[in-house]
Amino acid sequence: MKALVLHLGLLAVLLALHFVLPAYHHGNLARIMVLASFAMGYNILFGYTGLLSLGHALFFAAGMYGMGLSVQHLGLSAGPALLLGVLSGAVVSGALALLALRTSGVAFMIVTLMFAQAGYLTILHFSEWTRGDEGFVLALAGRMAWGVDLSDPNARYIAALMLFGICLMLSLWLVRAPFGRVLVAIRENEERVRMLGYDTFAHKLAALTISGTMAAAAGAAYGILFGYVGASFAAVQYSILPLLYVLLGGAGTVLGPFIGTLFMFYLIDLSSGITTAYMLIAGIALVLLTLFAPQGIMGELRRRLWKGLP
Amino acid sequence: MLLSVKGLSKRFDGLHAVKSVDLDLPEGEIRALIGPNGAGKTTLVGMISGRITASAGSVIFDGEDITRLPAHRRIARGMAYTFQITSVFARLSVAENVGLAARRHLHGAKARKAVAEALDRVGLGARAEQEAGDLAYGHQRLLELAMGIVQHPRLLILDEPTQGLSEGEIEAFQSLIRNLAQETTILLIEHNMRVVMALADRITVLDAGRVLAEGTPEEIHANAAVQAAYLGGGDAQTG
Repeated sequence: MKALVLHLGLLAVLLALHFVLPAYHHGNLARIMVLASFAMGYNILFGYTGLLSLGHALFFAAGMYGMGLSVQHLGLSAGPALLLGVLSGAVVSGALALLALRTSGVAFMIVTLMFAQAGYLTILHFSEWTRGDEGFVLALAGRMAWGVDLSDPNARYIAALMLFGICLMLSLWLVRAPFGRVLVAIRENEERVRMLGYDTFAHKLAALTISGTMAAAAGAAYGILFGYVGASFAAVQYSILPLLYVLLGGAGTVLGPFIGTLFMFYLIDLSSGITTAYMLIAGIALVLLTLFAPQGIMGELRRRLWKGLP
Repeated sequence: MLLSVKGLSKRFDGLHAVKSVDLDLPEGEIRALIGPNGAGKTTLVGMISGRITASAGSVIFDGEDITRLPAHRRIARGMAYTFQITSVFARLSVAENVGLAARRHLHGAKARKAVAEALDRVGLGARAEQEAGDLAYGHQRLLELAMGIVQHPRLLILDEPTQGLSEGEIEAFQSLIRNLAQETTILLIEHNMRVVMALADRITVLDAGRVLAEGTPEEIHANAAVQAAYLGGGDAQTG
């Protein structure tokens, strides 16, 4: 109950900020909410199931290109294109899960990294469809959903908030449901879970597919809301970013991904205002946080103040 | 027969750990599996529960051949396995540990009730909200047992459950097992001969991967071959 109030409270605050934030931060926060949805997807696999993937850019890009290509070449509007993006994320992550989950540990990290690189190269290879490295700007018609123009900053913020809200409440429900608690147990001791009679492979398969689908939803929404689809979103840094967001915010906490994304985004934003060597400042801040709050911001909060924080 | 093992063997590279073992376990029995270290006891129950794939032979459980089933499907058919090396979820609460075991077949309020009953039964009711990793070693062993009990298994496999328990804890453990035997069949790997003699209906003695003898506690006690291989050794008590 307390947890529900906290998470709904955050959504209420974000809604209230819509009316008061200056344009610059308003735009930032919309972006942060979409990226945080990506990180929440990542967190289900990494934070709750204990599987470290280095290939989530593949799912983000699957959503983005599933959406973008269907706008560009099939002339779909934003609604159906978004659904197609989510669907391609589900298919890609399910297929990858079947292959990658034959491995574990470091091998799993490498296999996911390799598949994501293969996805990135595939996008470059089919450049007559994808426009390769350059990418393409989404036609305005493709950013209309049910008569709403999602390129408008206000509509964009509300759409980002809706995506964020759905991912947040879904995560909260999932990790407290029996299914999510089996995932946590797999993270803690997979062999024991198997010997309690659970099909751990099926659980990990489902976790990876849910995780990838959520990442794809974020990727598709990112393309629609900010109007650009490009291969850089499939590159390795988009696999590392959600890992960083989750580690900073607190792996295995529902709010962690949002806090981590917010923190990292503004860390880079503020430090780049001070010096061109902004990554140096960001780097030092990250090192300090890792030293003094190794479980991330929300993880530390859970350890010190609120043991039952989901 | 609840469990019937035929010609079960396991080779690890150069080592023939279990050599064509036959074992029949009727419903309701407490069967002890004893033998010196390295006799193949844990490997044998590993093959029965599916943790280890057999090199040859078959496992029949409740009339059906389960040799090819993966572990989780054998467990789902009514086996429960408690680990020799305590293997609880250290960072989860005691209740959640048992809850995970219960929720495979029960949901919601029924699962919570079953958890509370199982914890009371092993005497951990008051510690339900504690983190499992904070429990004393003996209590962790009891938690393992509660995780087995709550599944209401038809066959409960206990791998050295009294290892590391104090005298008083062993007493309590024995009466708990006697109590459990009224509702389930028990296969018990045990080094403590006093516990074996007090609990077992029948005893199977393994030595170097083979069945050396099988019989009632009295028969085994009187068996010269067993004496030579095992009981005669000074390590019978300590393992």
